[in-house]
Amino acid sequence: MMTDLIIIGAGLAGLSAAITAAKQGRVCRLISLQPSERAQSVMAEGGINGALNTMGEDDSPAEHFADTMRGGVFLADPNAVKNLTDHAPDVLRMLWGLGVPFNMRGDTPVLRNFGGQKKKRTAYAKSSTGKILMNALIDEARKYETRGLIRRYAHHEFVALLLSADGAQCLGAKIYDRYTATTAKLYGAVILCSGGMNSLFPGLTTGSAANTGDVTATVFAQGVRLANLEFIQYHPTTVAIPGKRCLLSEAARGEGGRLFTLRNGEKWFFMEEKYPELGNLMPRDVVSREMVLCANAAGCDGKVYLDMTALDETVWQQKLSDLREECMRLLAKDPKTAPIEVSPGIHYFMGGIDVDENHRTSVKNLFAAGECACQYHGANRLGGNSMLGAIFGGQVAAASACAAQLQENIPEQERETRYTSRFCRMADRRITEILDPALGIFRTAEQMQAALAQLNALGDDFSEADRWHLLLAKAFLLCALNRKESRGAHTRRDYPDRDDVSYQKTTVARFDGENIQISLWELPERRAD
Amino acid sequence: MQYVLKIRRRTSSAAKPYWQRFVYETDLAGATVATALSALNDRNLLTDIDGSSCTRIAWDCGCLQKKCGACAMVICGSPALACNVRLAELKAKEITVEPLRKFPVVADLIVDRSILRENLQTIRAWLTADAPASEQKNDVLYEASRCLQCGCCLEICPNFSTEGKFFGMAAMAPTTRLLTALPKAEAKMLREQYRRHVYAGCGKSLACRNVCPAGIDIEKLLVNSNALAIWKKYR
Ligand SMILES: Cc1cc2nc3c(=O)[nH]c(=O)nc-3n(C[C@H](O)[C@H](O)[C@H](O)COP(=O)(O)OP(=O)(O)OC[C@H]3O[C@@H](n4cnc5c(N)ncnc54)[C@H](O)[C@@H]3O)c2cc1C
Ligand code: SF4
Ligand code: SF4
Ligand code: FES
Repeated sequence: MMTDLIIIGAGLAGLSAAITAAKQGRVCRLISLQPSERAQSVMAEGGINGALNTMGEDDSPAEHFADTMRGGVFLADPNAVKNLTDHAPDVLRMLWGLGVPFNMRGDTPVLRNFGGQKKKRTAYAKSSTGKILMNALIDEARKYETRGLIRRYAHHEFVALLLSADGAQCLGAKIYDRYTATTAKLYGAVILCSGGMNSLFPGLTTGSAANTGDVTATVFAQGVRLANLEFIQYHPTTVAIPGKRCLLSEAARGEGGRLFTLRNGEKWFFMEEKYPELGNLMPRDVVSREMVLCANAAGCDGKVYLDMTALDETVWQQKLSDLREECMRLLAKDPKTAPIEVSPGIHYFMGGIDVDENHRTSVKNLFAAGECACQYHGANRLGGNSMLGAIFGGQVAAASACAAQLQENIPEQERETRYTSRFCRMADRRITEILDPALGIFRTAEQMQAALAQLNALGDDFSEADRWHLLLAKAFLLCALNRKESRGAHTRRDYPDRDDVSYQKTTVARFDGENIQISLWELPERRAD
Repeated sequence: MQYVLKIRRRTSSAAKPYWQRFVYETDLAGATVATALSALNDRNLLTDIDGSSCTRIAWDCGCLQKKCGACAMVICGSPALACNVRLAELKAKEITVEPLRKFPVVADLIVDRSILRENLQTIRAWLTADAPASEQKNDVLYEASRCLQCGCCLEICPNFSTEGKFFGMAAMAPTTRLLTALPKAEAKMLREQYRRHVYAGCGKSLACRNVCPAGIDIEKLLVNSNALAIWKKYR
């Protein structure tokens, strides 16, 4: 039976999935809370990775693979990553063909240095890469919209999955029209592309406030498996502004920015001293950890500064003009003339909906891609790999969804799901006050246990939707408690070492209707080339 | 600092609008209208200036960094992004906050801007051929890609209405990217659409330039596209 595809989310992953399916002649319904122009993807700054090898450094997909696996501390699915890094140059060429104005020299894109990568591999459009890529994909999707292949539902909220009676199969999705306040049921295979879970940490992330994580919380409550929630990326260079944290892109360091702290009044460039090879461009987990450790070392005052004062004029003009403008406007500081005080902030969720290399979830005919999915990044994501993972993952998910065989006349689970559209997230704030301190850069069992006990005491006065957020918050803590080692973005003071024997595995969380079950699953074996 | 926000509200498109005043206090130096709206909605109990309890204020936001265009509204009479307007910089005794007036209101400060997408569909704003960028075209392609589709320019434009044939700068910018990227022979249809829906209706006062929160160089893009779509034809 040929049915429509239902895609939840219209950022890079959702658009990419829709375009891929439409090219095959499939009708997709593209559902998003807000139009694509408002998706978090437009905020991405520094760039997108692919071993195009245009910089005369003898780069290759194999090295991109090696850096990604190492950056993720060997927790990513090697077959999925291989697929990603092999296809990355094609993704960049596809974008280029869509008229994306990457920074170029002559007719080839220039690549920049990014964290955790030994070679220049990051294509960029100044420091507004996400916005520029989104623009190109939005135009491309429009072509199929007018042919009736992509049908936009751009002010619609995901309510819940429609599942078979046994919960093992996805039959479609229920959505809510925010403008008319009506709900509708759509039938077909579903691809979730709903982005990160920022609302679990309101005001504390660099991303969009509209990425509520409602979708992830809801499908988790409906029995869909999640993975690796303990890995939360703290980006090293962020600054608090009213209502959120503002990111200073890794491009700042890629173009020569340096981190220092004052030790006994003297500038201490700790990253350069401790990591001579990659220096300020070590993977983000390492930099954030070192910032906390070094700024609190003897003689230091707890503060870290990003020094961009030595960058030359052409870099400011051609590569970082928008970053500078943003600093002046939001922070009232000119990075060209004085170092800026920065601290790590929540930036990305490596964990999320558990998918295999074909982007299939634990429920049949349900797929996931982009930041809401747990794929490609292991224990720590490299900058520039997320937009790549979203676009490529969207393509793979769409191919899988197009091939899905849907059976007819499957009895549907009877379960009336709530609906409350919310302008207020008081419950989230109460959750965050407990969750955030326990899931910082350094963690201990004691702190996490205490947080869990506090969360267990919450919820009596919560709506159903809020209770699902609470459930998700508990799953974060249980995943983190269960991993008794330190790896990537998960650092335990009580288990400071990496333990490959017991923990080079995926943490899997599942809600059985009563309890959250946590288990460790073996990683897929790497196939021979 | 204490601020009074006077907000134009209505529960739905069918309901009658009314004004409601709120008091917001903050010592955050960079607090914006968006900060105030979030803080009001985050109160356990939202009350107006007279202490009467009221429903949460419906408004949209996303990035809170003037990158997504979600929070466009009319602030002290001018279209702007709520997250880009600092309270401390507003001189008014009362800060009036209204929904954009050119679009149908959904509720409170949320308006339905679907017409922007529909207009771009009418213009056929997409690439009909591979159009790799080049160093020489990049400046224009980049600038033209920055439009937020926020609608602020349309709000101020004397010639734009949702029923009209003139689509304004919100259509000009994306179309400019395509006109510039495409090989000339491929862009014939697009040039025609541009003439009909952008060039023909624009009075070129550039009032729109001053309100564009993205600071898009509208003049540069107009000159570029007019040259591509109009003038070259007569050469
Ligand atoms: C400031 C910043 C800078 C970044 N810079 C880079 C960079 O330089 N390089 C890089 O690779 N990555 C970067 N990232 C990360 C990257 O931008 C994101 O991970 C990526 O864009 C995610 O894309 P996505 O398609 O998965 O989700 P998003 O773009 O977040 O889109 C989510 C979509 O889901 C919809 N949605 C959400 N909830 C619901 C719901 N309940 N119902 C219906 N729809 C819903 C939204 O409306 C939206 O359309 C950056 C992130 C930030 C915040
Ligand atoms: S120049 Fe004037 S007429 Fe043309 S779009 Fe701008 S405001 Fe409207
Ligand atoms: S041109 Fe400027 S004001 Fe008009 S929609 Fe685009 S970003 Fe908004
Ligand atoms: S919230 Fe994105 S522009 Fe204001």
